[in-house]
Amino acid sequence: MRKLKLSVLTAALLAGLSSAALASGGGEPLMKPGFSWDGVFGHYDKAQLKRGFEVFNQICSNCHGLRLVAYRNLSAVGLTPEEIKDVAAAREIADAPNDEGIVSMRAGRPSDKYISPFQNDKAAAAANGGALPPDLSLMAKARPGGPNYIYSLLLGFKDEAPAGHPIPEGKYFNTYFPGNAISMPPQLMEDLVTYADGTKATPEQLAKDITAFLNWSAEPELDERKSLGLKVMIFLAVFTAMLYALKVQIWKNLH
Amino acid sequence: MSGFQTNNKVVSWLDQRLPIFSMMHHSAIEYPTPRNLNYWWNFGSLAGFILVVMLLTGIFLVMNYSSHTSLAFDSVERIMRDVNYGWLIRYLHMNGASMFFILVYIHIFRNLYYGSYKSPREVLWWIGIIIYLAMMATGFLGYVLPWGQMSFWGATVITNLFSAFPVVGEPIVTLLWGGFSVDNPTLNRFFSLHYLLPFVILGLVVLHVWALHSVKSNNPLGVEIQGPADTIPFHPYYTIKDLFGIGVFLMVFMGFVFWAPNFFGEPDNYIPANPMVTPAHIVPEWYYLPFYAILRAFTMDLWIIPAKLQGVVAMFSAIIILFFLPWLDTSKVRSAKFRPLYKQFFWLFLVNCFVLGYVGGKPAEGVLVTIGQVCTAYYFAHFLIIMPLLGKIEKPKALPASISAPVLKEKA
Repeated sequence: MRKLKLSVLTAALLAGLSSAALASGGGEPLMKPGFSWDGVFGHYDKAQLKRGFEVFNQICSNCHGLRLVAYRNLSAVGLTPEEIKDVAAAREIADAPNDEGIVSMRAGRPSDKYISPFQNDKAAAAANGGALPPDLSLMAKARPGGPNYIYSLLLGFKDEAPAGHPIPEGKYFNTYFPGNAISMPPQLMEDLVTYADGTKATPEQLAKDITAFLNWSAEPELDERKSLGLKVMIFLAVFTAMLYALKVQIWKNLH
Repeated sequence: MSGFQTNNKVVSWLDQRLPIFSMMHHSAIEYPTPRNLNYWWNFGSLAGFILVVMLLTGIFLVMNYSSHTSLAFDSVERIMRDVNYGWLIRYLHMNGASMFFILVYIHIFRNLYYGSYKSPREVLWWIGIIIYLAMMATGFLGYVLPWGQMSFWGATVITNLFSAFPVVGEPIVTLLWGGFSVDNPTLNRFFSLHYLLPFVILGLVVLHVWALHSVKSNNPLGVEIQGPADTIPFHPYYTIKDLFGIGVFLMVFMGFVFWAPNFFGEPDNYIPANPMVTPAHIVPEWYYLPFYAILRAFTMDLWIIPAKLQGVVAMFSAIIILFFLPWLDTSKVRSAKFRPLYKQFFWLFLVNCFVLGYVGGKPAEGVLVTIGQVCTAYYFAHFLIIMPLLGKIEKPKALPASISAPVLKEKA
């Protein structure tokens, strides 16, 4: 009876919590390809992060910003200091006013945050048919399903909208996008980029790599977090076991 | 303050002028505690522990936080990315808030099960409810600070509740906002109050412990302490038991911090606040969901009382009613162990609260509206009908003569 009550309670608790966590959703159940950083011991695959960066830098960054990530942070995805300098210098940013008060443009530096492709949100929306391409820095944490959502969305385009789902002019049908009508055209196609490490760029591979990179940009601390967590847990397990032994010892002679 | 002895001259000198050592000895070492407390009695000290964790992590977060609408979101992200171990401090604080509520909810339901709110512990119980109210306010204010979408829209929805009150409603909302919408003045005053309230809670906790030490702990049998045979000194018995509890709790807490730090959060709060875009589904933090369900259970205007006002009054009543529980419960017996009927209604009430929480987290549509209304009615019926009636019709089991009696019987 007691066990039953406990399990009912636990189930209710989990249902309550997960309903709170997943309260805002929509569309089809997401694809779950499984990622290298899943699970207790999961961690980023550095080669994959670098491939994901290549896709982001060559494709996504033409429309999307990554304003919370600094170029210097890219060392974590395996770029050399020289490569970081080159990536940063590819875009220009307004310099501080000079001694005469004139503001001129200068090339980006490793200490800059990733320079967004448009001057401001209005310019970005104007260049994209009125739809603002969202900044991707936190995308992997800012949607229900996180990385699974990014992966599914990128592969979720359909050439023809199913019957009964009229898609407005200039929009595209996506199975996983809330409301299905997305302004971003389908992006992933065979050999969209040529990976430096020679990996074959299939749409699935591209989706997985860019998802990995965007998860890193949202949670750059993940590797450090999980490895510190393991140490903390081992310590706590030993410490708590010792406290328990002490408790038993102290209470032994009570009665 | 009798039992304290020392050979240390400095300690003795100080203690004669400010009896701080005597007091600590009296209330943390020799404090007589019922010998039969089970692990459900760990949650008070655990809540005190997490309060300290919240204060410490909060103080360090403030050192790197900017309470301006144009800076708040990015300053939090800077903590996550550039401040040394900033991610750890913030995730401790974020998940600590949820842990605090879980611990306090268990603490409250333990209280309900063992009838700890009854005479002579009514004031102890009142202070506890006030702490809970202060926690709800603090949690809400804190959730606004990262200035994400859910921060902004949660703040808008919750503060708007006050507009339901006739005449005074609108001025109250304007005062809360510091203007005519949730904006920079709102964020600034919320930040200020979010820093203030935890120290108010700390003061209330001191009162709570003071009241506890005056009336002594209840226990699973619910019979009062009758003599020295019923008690054991707090130290070392309960200090070690509480420490062990903290160890177990930390493992659960750290499990969330290191492996599922956003489990209790809403993805929308990683989108910067945007007054022009309303999220599809605005939900408060999980710990308010049962009350959110009660709020939304009222869907029909009655005469001149709009549904919104009914909901707001019901929501506040749902907590205010707890103050009257010591008198609504007419049974002389405290512990549900000896109350066969109440025991079943206790579990029913607990399940009812979970269902309310579930309903509160879902869009208010279809059958969920009806379920929410039935559960709201049951919530109040539990306090207003079931509790008073049970004391009259229930036949409690025989109580043991004292706390130590069952123990001695076992030995014999």
